[in-house]
Amino acid sequence: MTALSLTGVHKSFGSVEVLRDINIDVEEGELVVFVGPSGCGKSTLLRIIAGLEDATEGDVNIAGQTVNHVPPSKRGIAMVFQSYALYPHLNVRGNMTLALKQQKQSKQEISARVAEASRMLDLHDYLDRYPSELSGGQRQRVAIGRAIVRQPKLFLFDEPLSNLDAALRVNTRIEIANLHKQLSTSMVYVTHDQTEAMTLADKIVVLRDGRVEQTGSPMELYNNPQNQFVAGFLGSPSMNFLPASLLDQSDPRTLGLRPEDITIEANGPFTAVVQHVEHLGGDTNLITRIGQHQTTVRLFGQHDIKDSQEVNLGFLKDKAYYFDNDGRRVS
Amino acid sequence: MEKSRPFNANMLLMHGALVVYMIIALFPVFVIVINSFKKRKSIFREPLALPDADSFSLIGYETVIKQGDFPLYFQNSMIVTVTSLFFILLFGAMAAYALSEYRFPGNKWMGLYLALGIMIPIRIGTVAILELMVSTGLVNTLTALILVYTAQGLPLAVFILSEFMHQISADLKNAARVDGLSEYKIFFRIVLPLVRPALATVAVFNMIPIWNDLWFPLILAPGEETKTLTLGSQIFIGQYVTNWNAVLAALSLAILPALFLYAIFSRQLIRGLTSGAVK
Repeated sequence: MTALSLTGVHKSFGSVEVLRDINIDVEEGELVVFVGPSGCGKSTLLRIIAGLEDATEGDVNIAGQTVNHVPPSKRGIAMVFQSYALYPHLNVRGNMTLALKQQKQSKQEISARVAEASRMLDLHDYLDRYPSELSGGQRQRVAIGRAIVRQPKLFLFDEPLSNLDAALRVNTRIEIANLHKQLSTSMVYVTHDQTEAMTLADKIVVLRDGRVEQTGSPMELYNNPQNQFVAGFLGSPSMNFLPASLLDQSDPRTLGLRPEDITIEANGPFTAVVQHVEHLGGDTNLITRIGQHQTTVRLFGQHDIKDSQEVNLGFLKDKAYYFDNDGRRVS
Repeated sequence: MEKSRPFNANMLLMHGALVVYMIIALFPVFVIVINSFKKRKSIFREPLALPDADSFSLIGYETVIKQGDFPLYFQNSMIVTVTSLFFILLFGAMAAYALSEYRFPGNKWMGLYLALGIMIPIRIGTVAILELMVSTGLVNTLTALILVYTAQGLPLAVFILSEFMHQISADLKNAARVDGLSEYKIFFRIVLPLVRPALATVAVFNMIPIWNDLWFPLILAPGEETKTLTLGSQIFIGQYVTNWNAVLAALSLAILPALFLYAIFSRQLIRGLTSGAVK
């Protein structure tokens, strides 16, 4: 059964159209990531799914039921907010139980669910603390715990990691992935960070300017992007775009090369000047310039290359992407 | 150590100024309280002297307790002040929430209209208010006073509270909506606890003028049954003779409940509850 399906969803604020004809299906147990640059409408879309915002047109269907006019609390969803949105005047237990008390669950049921959630998230020691007494990571876990105890049919995550520092972000990302495996509930996860999207998603939906650019598994999108935007958005460091006329004067297309598919070759077709070298230990990133065009090269292992050194670059022919002038992939 | 010295000097100056201000503000209160414990002659002979064995007297307090019905006046003042504050806070917070949370046509104009009352003193409308009270039969009731004070306090309450409510993050209210709280429950269980410091501020601002008011009790509720403390104390002030002992004693007693209410509200003022709500 489809956990969530969006059909022809439009949203405009006054005359500004923020979402255009969105059609997305989330299968049972799937973790779908909406990814896109800020302002692409991904958060608005999530709020429409949650029922915090009404779609101007189109249908939202959760677990086989059209919920266009169903209030958020009756949609069988739970949401984790970017700012955590913990109730500051309630302790951790109070935060987690508010919704259950609202549903008039029995006391045993409530304490059983809180115990289960706090076991999963390691929150035992904090149940009587207030949000102001917790660190960022702990607050995030409480926010997730508050979602878990409701046992929703669909989890909604709105950029849950963006307030955490880098190390904590990686850990929490793994925790969310584990959580998804344990609960096997469908999840919709919104982020602007392509690494989060690539590492977490069963399916990625790339959004730009209120439109779905492409949908597919992370590797599908990575290996087979339909347009220049998707190609450039996924992957880090991101894909290099060069005019194909550098190789063939008459070629009007744009050539897309991933940094790891470029190699240093003595008789390579490009001559580049190294501008900056990033030694990462495992990898070495060269930021070079081919004429006017900045090009990033990712070399595996450690290389002794100096700034302003001249290098010849080649690339793997079967890993080259070509785009036409509208950014559409042509080959 | 060298560096911290200017800082200390600043602190000293600041605290010095505050102490001076406190002395100026408290001095009249101090004079009222010490003189209420003195004989009439000593009040005039040495108004600033502390009561000693010779000048000490409780005559003022005795007069106050014997004459008139002071416990009743106390009760009236208390009822009027507390009830008015309750309604000001309740309706003020509700209006402020509606103005800050919901988008509807005329929202801004409504806010401006409600805030206009801050600039127009309610006493200008005294005659109209009196006529209204006469025709509704509310003259000489505490209800009349409560209604007027509620109206008087609402503009400032709406203004201050809507500013504070704007600052509550939308995520918090949305989280509550997802959790299944009704709009009323969000208001009472999420928003009100978070603006408690602001509620306390509004309460303190409104409490003192209501407690001290002489104008409306005199006009709307001068009957013996509905006299407030301020109005009740006036019986000791005559055109030719004033019973200063009794007036000072009555005023000293009148400070106590106000002080008590203030203590309740000011504890809320200090508490910063919003910290840790959202990052």
